[in-house]
Amino acid sequence: MIIRSHYVVVAVAAALALAACSKKEEAPAEKAAAPASAPAAAPVDAATAGSVAGTVKLDGPAPKVAKLKTDSDPYCAKMHASSPLLSEEVVEGKDGMLANVVVYVKAGLENRSFPTPTESVTLTQSGCEYKPHVVALMVNQPISIVNADQTTHNIHPTPANNRDWNKSQGPGAEKITDSFAREEVAIPVKCNVHSWMKAYIAVLKNPYYQVTSADGAFDLKNLPPGDYTITAWQEKYGSMDQKVTIGPKESKKIDFVFKPS
Amino acid sequence: MTSLHNPGVHRYALFTVACTVLLLVAGALVTSNDAGLAVPDWPTSYGTFFPPMVGGIFYEHGHRMVATFVGLVTIGLAVILWRSESRPWMRRLGLVALGAVIAQGLLGGLTVKLRLPPEVSIAHAALAQAFFCITVAVAVFTGRWWQQDVPAIEDAGRPRLRALSAWLVGVTFVQLVLGAGYRHNALVIAPHLVGAAAVLALVILAGRVVRQRFAGQLELRRLAKGLNAVVGSQILLGGAAWWSRLATREAPQPQPVMIWLTVAHTVVGAIVLATVVVFALVCHRMLTAAQEPAVVSGVSHTGAAV
Repeated sequence: MIIRSHYVVVAVAAALALAACSKKEEAPAEKAAAPASAPAAAPVDAATAGSVAGTVKLDGPAPKVAKLKTDSDPYCAKMHASSPLLSEEVVEGKDGMLANVVVYVKAGLENRSFPTPTESVTLTQSGCEYKPHVVALMVNQPISIVNADQTTHNIHPTPANNRDWNKSQGPGAEKITDSFAREEVAIPVKCNVHSWMKAYIAVLKNPYYQVTSADGAFDLKNLPPGDYTITAWQEKYGSMDQKVTIGPKESKKIDFVFKPS
Repeated sequence: MTSLHNPGVHRYALFTVACTVLLLVAGALVTSNDAGLAVPDWPTSYGTFFPPMVGGIFYEHGHRMVATFVGLVTIGLAVILWRSESRPWMRRLGLVALGAVIAQGLLGGLTVKLRLPPEVSIAHAALAQAFFCITVAVAVFTGRWWQQDVPAIEDAGRPRLRALSAWLVGVTFVQLVLGAGYRHNALVIAPHLVGAAAVLALVILAGRVVRQRFAGQLELRRLAKGLNAVVGSQILLGGAAWWSRLATREAPQPQPVMIWLTVAHTVVGAIVLATVVVFALVCHRMLTAAQEPAVVSGVSHTGAAV
């Protein structure tokens, strides 16, 4: 009897441990976005609209660019036999300018709604890497994923606030088109077949965003006068906010400077 | 007890244990290579049974192939036990093993279909350990030692070694679940560290009890020493696996050093559990509780020194 009571205690402890493991916060269930819930506002008046422009820079030495090992798939290894694939975690241009940074209006446009673009953004798997490495699009805007490689990929976005999915795409397969219903900056995308393949999809509620190129420059045009929070997001260094006030026909210049961690 | 030992059945049971170790390695490689979703469909892989074995597909589909093989081996084990065993509970144990491997296969499918929710992944990891223990238990029960007459030894001390060994099984299992929780990003590392300390403390206590009360029992002494060795190795491997994560965190993931140390830590964890299960079974077989009033630390319940 004493022994049996020990077994009961042990079984209860095991059950409690399992229960404790299940406490991770789950992504909320997917709901259709409701842009109509935001009050409709008058179109932006081009006569008074202003802009915010600037650059994103890294203040300090960039991390050493890692060479990615692609030899687990002979096709990918052959593609990069002479020029190894390089990590795009931090892509630095001239004078420390940063590429692949999403710059967007985070706050200040809550009382406006914007139509969802119908043209799709394309993310291409080519040379066993995602091109581009970072894409941005609006909530519910279609994104098309294309496989230009002669090997099989799987596309696996791992969002925190959107529905996740995982689809395979063989050589020559039809493009995959999907969309994301909630704002999220940014959704990591990975290929579980090729562990080095990573991309990010930034999903935004308004059309005021850009992904920087190697010159680190951005220019958010046609902004109605108002107070805004402008955010720059970089996959390694995270987010940085700046507040700006745009007057009628005013062009503001702001720069974002990330420090190496 | 009359000996019922059948060497052929015992060898087959050992073969099942060895295949299950291989399956544990294959499964751990899937998680460490982040290849769990390299094959998005189930039960087929990319609609076939033989997809191109490249990148993560090699690990995920390889795991499925080894799992299928272990499933077939387990069917064989259940059939052999059913036909050759005179002990009804052993026949049932064969069916339990078969049920566990089928449930494990379905859980594996669920991890793919539901895209690796931590609860399902942890349950898959925990059932893997439980199935491994069942195969180890079958190997013990079909062995010569278990089926020969073993004189009963009275355990008059406290804590009772049988109870202590049962606690050790439970705490080690919980510790493996906590480790799976950390591995599947559902928990932080702290509970796993606390669990390691608890297992270590129980192993040290069990070793001390064996030395003090059962110094003449070769089986118990050997098992206690083995337990110390595997738990010590496991703690070192855990430290090394943790170091490898920290040391390579800036490098593209996953790095081979992290993969192999983590896989080794996972598989040796299963071996620790198997060892404590064998220890508990041997304690159960050899030891009986004393009939007289219990004695605590050399002092009887009446308070008189003994």
